[in-house]
Amino acid sequence: MAIVSTETVPVRTEPDVVAVRRRVREVAAQLGLSLVDQTKVITAASELARNTIIYGGGGSMQVETLNGPRTGLRLTFEDKGPGIPDIELALRDGFTTGSGLGLGLGGSKRLVNEFEIFSRPGEGTRITITRWK
Amino acid sequence: MEKIPILKMGEFLLVTIQVDMHDRLAMALQDDLTRMISQTEARGVLIDISTLEIVDSFIGRMLSNIAGMSRILDAETVVVGMQPAVAITLVELGLSLPGVRTALNVDAGMDLLRHSVDGTSETYGHRLH
Repeated sequence: MAIVSTETVPVRTEPDVVAVRRRVREVAAQLGLSLVDQTKVITAASELARNTIIYGGGGSMQVETLNGPRTGLRLTFEDKGPGIPDIELALRDGFTTGSGLGLGLGGSKRLVNEFEIFSRPGEGTRITITRWK
Repeated sequence: MEKIPILKMGEFLLVTIQVDMHDRLAMALQDDLTRMISQTEARGVLIDISTLEIVDSFIGRMLSNIAGMSRILDAETVVVGMQPAVAITLVELGLSLPGVRTALNVDAGMDLLRHSVDGTSETYGHRLH
């Protein structure tokens, strides 16, 4: 598998969530993902970007395009926030420590092909999602 | 600050969301609509989301909130024009938009609103006689 391109987008303020959606849409369309797959990965990115700001205190999104044997889009959201003490609980639908619906984490996991979460209390959170063409 | 325009047409309020809303803009729309319903005594709200490319949990919650608040203020809400890809994604995300009535397009949405408002006034009429 080869990484064709990499770029990093800031995820610090609310308008950044809109910028994240726009950038993911552009890259997903360039890769030739179907409209439904584009919509899924943009929605997942929107949820995770919002989490990065609200719970992680801001961070960044890395965008990678992958090629050979499969074409895909990989997004990594990283923050240096307080971390997630209980990942299993955080992934459960309806669980939230904020004011949202508690669908962001579990929901975005369902919208992508691969979902990886790494978090340590006090150090931050890194979530990587991949959507294959 | 940018705002999403709300049009008044007879006893209905019409909103077409044509921009990719950041969260604060979505919250402002929710507040503005609630205020307008009470000011204009609107009986129905039609929200056209046909140009929206995604509905995430935040926007979904806003739509549910608007429907709930308008119901309490005696107005019906219909969301129209959701793109099929958005509907598929919403369901997988786990959002079923509880309490939100939907229609495929503006015409069908207006029909639904007129019908539900007529229906209510009929019931009211029966009660009078």
